[in-house]
Order: sequence, then structure tokens, then C-alpha cells
Amino acid sequence: MSSKDIAADEFLSGDAAAAEGAIAVGCRFFAGYPITPSSEVAERMARRLPEVGGIFIQMEDELSSIAAILGGSWAGKKSMTATSGPGFSLMMENYGLGIMTETPTVIVNVQRGGPSTGLPTLLGQGEFMQARFGTHGSLEAIALSPESPQECFDFAIRAFNLAERFRTPVILLMDESVGHLFEKVRIPPQRNIEAVSRKLPEEVPYPPFRADEDLVPPMPPLGDGHHIHVTGLTHDDEGRPEMTPKMQEELMGRLVNKIRLYKDEIMDIEEDGIDDADIVVVAYGITARSARRAVTLAREKGIKAGLFRLKTVWPFPTERLRELAEQGKKFVVAEVNTGQALIMVEQATRKDAVFVGKYGGEPHKPFEILNGIEEALHADN
Amino acid sequence: MPIIKADKYPLDPYLRTERLPHVWCPGCGLGIVLNAFLRAMQKLGMDPDKTVVVSGIGCTGRTAGYVKMDSFHTTHGRAIPFALGIKAARPDLNVVVFSGDGDLFSIGGNHIIHAARRNIDITVIAVNNFIYGMTGGQLAPTTPETSITTTSPYGNLESPFNMAGLMAIAGASYVARWTTVHARRLEKGLEKALSKRGFSFVEVMSPCPTAFGRRNKMKGIIDSMMYYQKYAIIKDNPNPLDGVIKPNEKFVIGEFMDAEDEPTFDDKLWELTKRDFLETSQADRAKWILEHRRHLETLATLIAGENIAPQEGEMDE
Amino acid sequence: MSRTEIKIGGFGGQGVILAGLVLARALSLYEGKQAVFTQEYGAEARGGSSASGVVIDDERVDYPYPLNPDIMVLMSQGAMKTYLPLMKDGGILIIEKDLVRLDKIPESVGEFHSIPATKLAEEVLHNKIVTNIIMVGFIAKVTGVVSKENIKRSVLEMVPAKVRELNDRAFETGYNYDEGAE
Repeated sequence: MSSKDIAADEFLSGDAAAAEGAIAVGCRFFAGYPITPSSEVAERMARRLPEVGGIFIQMEDELSSIAAILGGSWAGKKSMTATSGPGFSLMMENYGLGIMTETPTVIVNVQRGGPSTGLPTLLGQGEFMQARFGTHGSLEAIALSPESPQECFDFAIRAFNLAERFRTPVILLMDESVGHLFEKVRIPPQRNIEAVSRKLPEEVPYPPFRADEDLVPPMPPLGDGHHIHVTGLTHDDEGRPEMTPKMQEELMGRLVNKIRLYKDEIMDIEEDGIDDADIVVVAYGITARSARRAVTLAREKGIKAGLFRLKTVWPFPTERLRELAEQGKKFVVAEVNTGQALIMVEQATRKDAVFVGKYGGEPHKPFEILNGIEEALHADN
Repeated sequence: MPIIKADKYPLDPYLRTERLPHVWCPGCGLGIVLNAFLRAMQKLGMDPDKTVVVSGIGCTGRTAGYVKMDSFHTTHGRAIPFALGIKAARPDLNVVVFSGDGDLFSIGGNHIIHAARRNIDITVIAVNNFIYGMTGGQLAPTTPETSITTTSPYGNLESPFNMAGLMAIAGASYVARWTTVHARRLEKGLEKALSKRGFSFVEVMSPCPTAFGRRNKMKGIIDSMMYYQKYAIIKDNPNPLDGVIKPNEKFVIGEFMDAEDEPTFDDKLWELTKRDFLETSQADRAKWILEHRRHLETLATLIAGENIAPQEGEMDE
Repeated sequence: MSRTEIKIGGFGGQGVILAGLVLARALSLYEGKQAVFTQEYGAEARGGSSASGVVIDDERVDYPYPLNPDIMVLMSQGAMKTYLPLMKDGGILIIEKDLVRLDKIPESVGEFHSIPATKLAEEVLHNKIVTNIIMVGFIAKVTGVVSKENIKRSVLEMVPAKVRELNDRAFETGYNYDEGAE
């Protein structure tokens, strides 16, 4: 029996699990630059990719890492890079090129404390907003936030599937704690792994940006006589630069809507004990594990609290949160930054939330979030 | 002078003719460079379907938009790593980077040095017009000392890069410098560069009357060409260190490097990845698990002295 | 078994990371438990403080870090100062006999064990590098948190083939150590 037919349990770190998930879904090109706490992703890819017919390159910096994976993706490989805060900042410009040129790629960001060099080996969740608003111009982002090595594995697979499905870069927004902790990961048999691949055009030549009804264009491969032209300039469906307000409207409208109209397909939220809850705790990544404990402790004390976990942080579940707010529920937001998801939650719910933030360095202690739940219980709104 | 009329221009098969006329100014040398590149391709019988042109940002960066091949107009400075990604993933394709001095040596300077060091099998055509043309004539990393630009209104205080010399020293397999006056030699040089295995680099000195010449006594359309003719000295196997360009002084053109063939970076990558034991050798599950276990070492070896340092030969057991 | 927390503290180079990792891995893969392994990074790779944590539960572990360890393993004086106060009342305290000075065992400690793991490594196995595996054997024996068979399997699978036999003996040395003998 081949190794592909058997499920395996492995005891892996989140970083290693993300790499394994990528390989399982068919990632065969990785370019990256070492940076703590994401280096273990690159290290594992460096060993594993040559075993599965893939290419690993350590680039000179993060600017080139993301440029190389965009090239790798156009050359037909499912491509990924992995970085942390400082590198993620450097990647922002070409993240925009990936959005504009509709290039499926996965960018792993194992968040550490920032700004600047900050806390290289310690936790942060400061790139919640950057994932969405970090590059210039307007766009809709897709970002997933795992809370365990198992989810690092599963979400890496999903990140690639979304990237290929929507022809767009997808961010796997991890954090130091999840990246470095070890847990059991069930690796399913290869045949049970759903792998989505980009649509290919049926005719030659096919214009690289001529979308189907779902607003996503098939992606012509190189070397087949399509003679594609791909540019970061505003362009028509042939890829010809056309710098007019009309073309900008048309192109941006499609790029944004190809995500917005399929928001429900993309969004993945865990609601735990929300139905009867008076207090809704919103959290993601490692913070969700502290929040889950806090919710249990609150329930033990007779407080009706529930967990609203963002498995996808972008697109943001504005409508659902508004619905819950209209039912009279109160909100607590916990994250390792000074209030980023908080802005989105308050905008969605149109009311103040209790914010339990940490500046970075360590995850929330469950009692810290429990205190926030109790504060919310006694708050007026 | 007789006027030659033809229904078709001989290089039409290589051009997106519907995109012409191009955006370049009268007197600009880019047409000559593009022409030389396409002729070289034609001469070598290179298949445009299998050739990818990657450009960065700037006047030269627009070249990608005019060639009837798979072409990429990337971000400023990042043409080289983008091209490297393509070549590493699809070594069967010919990959050519066509970009300007500012794009390749200022904002993209780090990448081109590393690409030469790695000896990835791509060809770089670096058009050196001494200036940032598209943004209106600002100082470039190649602007000769004392030259006037919009951001060096009192004259350039900096020394320019010796691009050809830098590439030869960084590890390129082939390096040449020609000017748009030396169109035949340029074409030959491009032929050599395109057929060279490994990182090949051709610097082409090319006039920008609009943004550079106008402020530096080369306003007329042929003034720069006259300048090249007057000051260029063709040398056999010149020393890369002698590639420095100073205003109103003789400068060296020719082949600065033509190294013996060596395995290229993409060769080595694919040599390594042929060890595809999961797909081809049907290695058993035990071996796969053992391999996975070895990866656990990664974390522990972060803490020096841990008791699970990788051991050679373990996989063979 | 409800939530159980283990903390192993020492200094870099003692192998406390691997000790926690083999333990958590055995519990997770071979004992059907939910187990999380975490580590604290010291300021320096070698010589700085180093600690690992294992949290075990029958159900999914929510908060993954030890808060009040049920089992506290201390292998340096620095670790003793940092971590001892966090110990759960009635918990099991295990120390490296020669490296941790304890004036008196706190009353809150439910069970106390000590082993000169470093000395045993040097004198019995002639290799200081297996100090951690001696400690792992001892932990398995005195706490019963994991079966001998499973923890040994985890240890032997994770060490290189060349030193498997050495680690086997180290494990047995720790497992069979008789506290009362000295």
C-alpha cells in the first residue's frame, strides 16, 4: 500500500503543520527568507519539497520572495512564502501586484510582537488590519487564522484552494504561539485531500483577465502560445494597460466583487454557545483558546457567555455580528494588539465592546478574558 | 535616401503590432535595443511561444507590453526575482529580463547581484540611459558625476555604478556592454547572451534626449549617439574593473565576461528535486514516518546541545 | 483524566525541550490523550533559562500553557526560583538532586522526588547529553502519567539510530533509579 492511502497522526508544531498542509494540497514552489518565528516553515519546505518534485529557494529578502512566488505561480506551480511582521511589511507592495494580476499564491504570516523588530520570538496579532489594508489601493482580502497545528494543516489546504478558486493571494495569518506549539495533527490519506486547481482556458490564445460568469478568469499557462501580458497597471481583459477611470471602475469592481459576492462561501466562523449567550467573545488564533477557557469558566459561574471565533478573519462577518447585536447581546473582543478586530466588531454591532487587549509577548491568561466578560455583563449597553 | 515600403515589417511576428506606436520619445534608443533583441531571437530561431519577457517599471519596463510573447510588467525593481521564480519553476522556458538601469540597479540592485551570484539561466538586458526617464529626469545610480538632473540641479555628487563590472564580479556567466551606435555588435552580443547557459547580462547604453540629454548638452536626437561614437573604446576581454564611466572621458565597451559553462542554479534545483521518492519509488509508510520524525529536530536544534542532532545515514536504515 | 499540567524547567543544553516533547508526543500519539507541548525561549540558545510545558486532557485542550502545574520538574536553581511558586497544591515535585538546593520542601507539595540525573549520566552512561532521558525515565516511573512502553517508544523513535542504545540505557537508568538507596 502506498503512503498516500493511509491516514497518519503526527505530533507537529503549527509551522511544520502549515508546511505539510501546503505540500498535501500540491504546493510545489516555495521562496522565502528566514525570519523568526516563521523559519520552521521554510526549513521544513527546504527538506520536503525536493522529495515531492518541488522547488525551494531561499531568496535574498522578502521583496524578492514574494516576487518569486508570483513568478512561480504564473509558471504553473502552487506557490507559497512564509514570513513574519517585518517581512510581511516588505511584501505588501507585491501582495498588491498579486491582487491586481490575480495570481494565486499563499502568504503565511506567523505574527510576532511589533511594530518594527519588536518581539522576534514572542507573540503578537498586530497584522489583522495589515492583512486587509496593508497594501495601497482598495481590495478585498482573504485571510485565515488557525488556532492549532491541526488547523495550520487544514487551513493551509483551504488557503490554497481559495487562492486557486478565486485566483488571488490568500493570507494564512498565524501567530507565534500557534506556530510554535506542538499537537497531534491528523494527516488524511492523500486521496481524501480536496485540492482545487485554477481554471485553465479552453482556447488558445485566451486573454489572461477575461472572466467567466463567476468573475474569475481562467489562467493561461506559460509557453502555450497565449502570449499573455500581465501588468500591475490598470488593464483590460487582454492585459493591455488602460489607465482610465472607466477601466479602473470596471477592473476594481470585478476584483472586489469576485470576493464580496462569494463571501458566504469563504467565511468560516465557529460559534460555540452563542445561541443563549448574553455575552459574545470575539477572538481568533491563539487568543481563541484562552477565550474558550474563559467562556467555560464564565459558564461555571453562571454567566451565559459564548465564543465567536474568526477562523477566517477576512472577509469579516459583519452581517452576522450585527444580527447578534440586534438580539441584544453584548460583546467582548480579545486580541494581542491595541484594538484592530475591535474596530470591525464595533462597526458591525454599532455598539461599544469591552476590549481585552494585550500589547504582545504572551497570550491572554483565561482569567483576563473572564474579567472582560464580567465587565461586559455589568456594562450599560 | 530611398524609402523602403513593405506590407509587413520583418519582426512583426515578435511584436504586438496592435499596441504600436510605442510610448517612447523621438530619439530614444529603446527601439534600437528592442530591434536588436528581436533580431537576435530570430537569428537564433528562438520560439516566441517559449520565451518569456519580464520587465520592471520605467520606460524600458514598457518593453514587455510590445513583444508578442508571454510577458510580465512587474513592480519597480522586482523583475529579476519574478523572472527567477518563472525560470526555477519552468526551466524549459527562455526567460529574458528587459529593464532599465534605475529599476535593475537602484531599487532592484540587491536582486540582480544575487541572481548573478546564483547563476540562474536568464538573460538580462539592462538599458542604461543615465537617468530616470519616465518620472521626468531624476538622478539615477548610473548618472555620470557632475551631470544635471532634476534632483541634482547643481550637478551629481555621486559616482555611478559600473554595472557591467559589478555583474562580472558577482558571478555572471556572460557580461557585455554595447551602445545603440554599435547596433550590429549589440545584436551579436545579444545572440551570445541568449544562447549562453547561465546568467547573462548585456548593458546597452542608450540615449534619453528628453530627460537626460536636454540638461546635459546632448539635446539633439543624435547628440548622444555622437557622444558614444566619440568616447567608446572597444576592447577585447576588458578588465571588469575598467568599466567605470566618467563624463567626457573614454569608456570601455565589449565583452567583460564569457565564462566556461557550469551547472546553472535551475539545473541544480531540478537535479535535487528528481529525488522524488514519494511519487516514484513508492517508499513505504515507515520510511515516510521516519522522515517526518527527523523534522522534529528542527525545533529542538534551535536550542543548542539538544540530544537529537541530525545524523547522516539514518534514512538508510 | 482531567486537565493535567507538567512543567519542566532548567537551563539551555540540559535537554528540557526534548524531555517535554517526547513526553507530550507519547501521550498524544500512543496513549490517546490530547496533549500540547509548548516551550519557553531563553534569552540565549545555550546557558539561558529553558522550560517546556505539557498540558494533557481527555478532551481538546483549550488554553495550551501550564498555569498551575500538577507535576513540576526542576533541573536548575534558576528554574526553581521561577517556577516553584506556580505549583499546584498537592502536586508532584521532582528535582535534579545536585543542581537544585531546597532548604525545605514546601508544605503544599503533595509528593516529592529527587534524582541526580546529571551525575548518573556522567558516571553510569559516560555521556552528559542523556541527562534529560534519565529524567524522562524517572518522571515516567514516579508519576505514572505515561506507560513505560509508550514513553520508551517515543524516546527511541526520536533519537538518532546511533545513540538509540545509549538512550535506551539512560531511560532504564532513570526508570529504575532507587531514591531510597542513597
